[in-house]
Amino acid sequence: MAIAKTKVTVPDFSLSPRIDQVGVEERASRFTKRSIKKETKLNGLKLVLNMIDLTTLEGKDTDGKVRQLCYKAMHPHDSIPGIPTVAAVCVYPSMVKVAKKALEGSGIKVASVATAFPSGQAPKDIKIRDTKFAVNEGADEVDMVISRGKFHAGEYNFVFDEISAIKEACGNARLKVILETGELGTFDKVRRASDIAMYAGADFIKTSTGKIQPAATMPVTLVMLEAIRDFYYKTGKMIGMKPAGGISKSKLALHYLVMVKEVLGEDWLNNEWFRFGASSLANDVLMQIAKEKTGLYQSANYFSID
Amino acid sequence: MAKAVSTKKSNTIKLKFDTSWSYAPAPESKSAASIKPQYDLFIDGKWTKPQSGKYFSTINPANEEKLSEVAEANAADVDKAVKAARNAYEKVWKKMPAKERAKYIFRISRMMQEKARELAIIESLDGGKPIRESRDFDVPTAANHFFYYAGWADKLEYAFPNRTTEPLGVAGQITPWNFPLLMAAWKIAPALATGNTVVLKPAETTPLTALKLAEIIQESGLPDGVVNILTGAGATGAAIVNHSDVNKIAFTGSTDVGKIIQRAIAGTNKKATLELGGKAANIIFEDAPLDQAVEGVINGIFFNQGHVCCAGSRLYVQESVAKQVIRKLRDRLESLIIGDPLDKNTDIGAINSKQQLDNIHKYIKIGLKEGAEMYESSCRLPSKGFWCKPTLFTNVAQSSRIAQEEIFGPVLSILTFRTDDEVIEKANNTPYGLSAGVWTDKGSKIFNMTKRMRAGVIWANTFNKFDPTSPFGGYKESGYGREGGLHGLLPYLNLVS
Repeated sequence: MAIAKTKVTVPDFSLSPRIDQVGVEERASRFTKRSIKKETKLNGLKLVLNMIDLTTLEGKDTDGKVRQLCYKAMHPHDSIPGIPTVAAVCVYPSMVKVAKKALEGSGIKVASVATAFPSGQAPKDIKIRDTKFAVNEGADEVDMVISRGKFHAGEYNFVFDEISAIKEACGNARLKVILETGELGTFDKVRRASDIAMYAGADFIKTSTGKIQPAATMPVTLVMLEAIRDFYYKTGKMIGMKPAGGISKSKLALHYLVMVKEVLGEDWLNNEWFRFGASSLANDVLMQIAKEKTGLYQSANYFSID
Repeated sequence: MAKAVSTKKSNTIKLKFDTSWSYAPAPESKSAASIKPQYDLFIDGKWTKPQSGKYFSTINPANEEKLSEVAEANAADVDKAVKAARNAYEKVWKKMPAKERAKYIFRISRMMQEKARELAIIESLDGGKPIRESRDFDVPTAANHFFYYAGWADKLEYAFPNRTTEPLGVAGQITPWNFPLLMAAWKIAPALATGNTVVLKPAETTPLTALKLAEIIQESGLPDGVVNILTGAGATGAAIVNHSDVNKIAFTGSTDVGKIIQRAIAGTNKKATLELGGKAANIIFEDAPLDQAVEGVINGIFFNQGHVCCAGSRLYVQESVAKQVIRKLRDRLESLIIGDPLDKNTDIGAINSKQQLDNIHKYIKIGLKEGAEMYESSCRLPSKGFWCKPTLFTNVAQSSRIAQEEIFGPVLSILTFRTDDEVIEKANNTPYGLSAGVWTDKGSKIFNMTKRMRAGVIWANTFNKFDPTSPFGGYKESGYGREGGLHGLLPYLNLVS
């Protein structure tokens, strides 16, 4: 396909499309009405597993913990053949090196949160250093947080410039921009923050840090997927989506897949363009896959905790 | 601020909804519904052979297979039913304390809920509508109507303070084929609550759920003759309308038949409510939440294959956002699933009858001839049965027939406008006036618009929402009288003092 370089005019973000909350919630609930079973379910579950950013973001993270998590990422459940790996392992910058080494040769990406995650309350130069550190340690992907305080204060240029600066600091690493939708308050603001992030250079937009409730929900993800669709039509540039936090059950994850399929279609139905930020989802997916294969639910004791 | 990013030419951008991950069929089981091979007439609490001796088939429009055959009531049958209704009215129903009447109505609604799954399956089999709609909308809303009016039965003095009310007598009711069970509920529930008795005729292509309702009514122990259900076509309906001992006609259906009914009852003291056709304007302003508006437009026109009298069949889009809205509509069209009505994943089912399909095709041809641009979903249609792809027409003019006449199918005519005054004028520029929709982020605009529009129901930032508490009915050739809510009681009552 012919790709031409053209200038994209950055819009006035205060004019971002308005979102009707009732309508979004209604539409989001429609996706949950699709019936997913048998082959569709099994294929969907494998796809979900392959889209997971297996995450540990704790103060008490250690090298040992991260190495174990990395092994799980590569070998989710070896007793069933044909199970895919997860997409990435997501850690703090100080753990990137450990993860990178543990995952060597597996094709699994290392994602690192950065920019004074989760609050983002730090000066810009520190955020840039945080990002550069993670990238130098070997992070393939950087999950940054936006400055929600500045966003609420209406300083959209500040938020935009900060994202641009982090994007630059990322070099070849892909940048995921966390909006922390649970702190934004309305869908109008989620849409506006999505637009700012995409025009500023985000490769992915992501709902949440997982540290704030509510984290990812289907309606909020729908608003962001629609923003991605509009941006794609306007610029031809694909942006990835990562709902994070609060998705711990397979059934819900399958509903998200339905939503991606019906809003953005085939091109986004892979881990290049869609991710789940989750830690406990993987085991539920594995349990469901085992159930599809054997017809029986197995005890949680059969699935490793990491 | 300007930034260089790699772009594709916008005309090459296309989302692919035909994904490698596709849904497996998830059909609801036919065996959960019992349909008898033959149904008689439900008169005076008993199943009665038709005096005509005639029966006609009812088919599944999704595969043209025969489901059952039902009796064809002639004038003698109608007379028998009206006599039974009159007798029940005079001897039992009129005299019964209102709170006792209410108990029966409550019981009917509870039994409908108990049999909800079976009713939904039969509704989808007989009418072609997707099970998602019959399960989530038709059947629960029908049961809710009985619940709602059961509550009013002994509270009429609060509905009409300082007035004394009196029932009319025998109500002749004729329902359409688009919401067979729901329309039966809309008609029967308020009639019973106000103390009237009923002779009801369901549409000839979709009689089965009304007959199931008759079974429920029989099982509920409702006194014999209070509700009589007669199947048949136009002649049966005419016999009901023309019967001298019927006090009230309630009709939902086409404007043409509505006019015939009105002529027929002229000079009699029969009361009437007519709920007829529509050509609703759905208006999107440039400041509207566009994605939600698009979803509302889709639901507005493709709900029940567009077989909805209040369907949002004329879309007015403000020119500045028209291109965007049309693109979004086309994308949304591609993610609609058309197929087996019993499949839980189906969004759009079968067209109700061959006759209706021919009518829709006629209008699609007219639209093309008028020079409108057509876009239809790229879906594949089943080979058997009656099917129509969801269709959009752009470049439609106000004077096009597809913008003026009711198509009653999954066909949307899209027009553009520039100013508020212009769109109000155009929206009102129709012989109909049943419903309308307004999409804008501005609250004051909603009130301004809705005040100036001539339509019985106006939705703001939503469409096709129904509730038993809310009155429904038309302006102009969309009919008169209101059904639902407190307003829905009055057409079945005389206010005597």
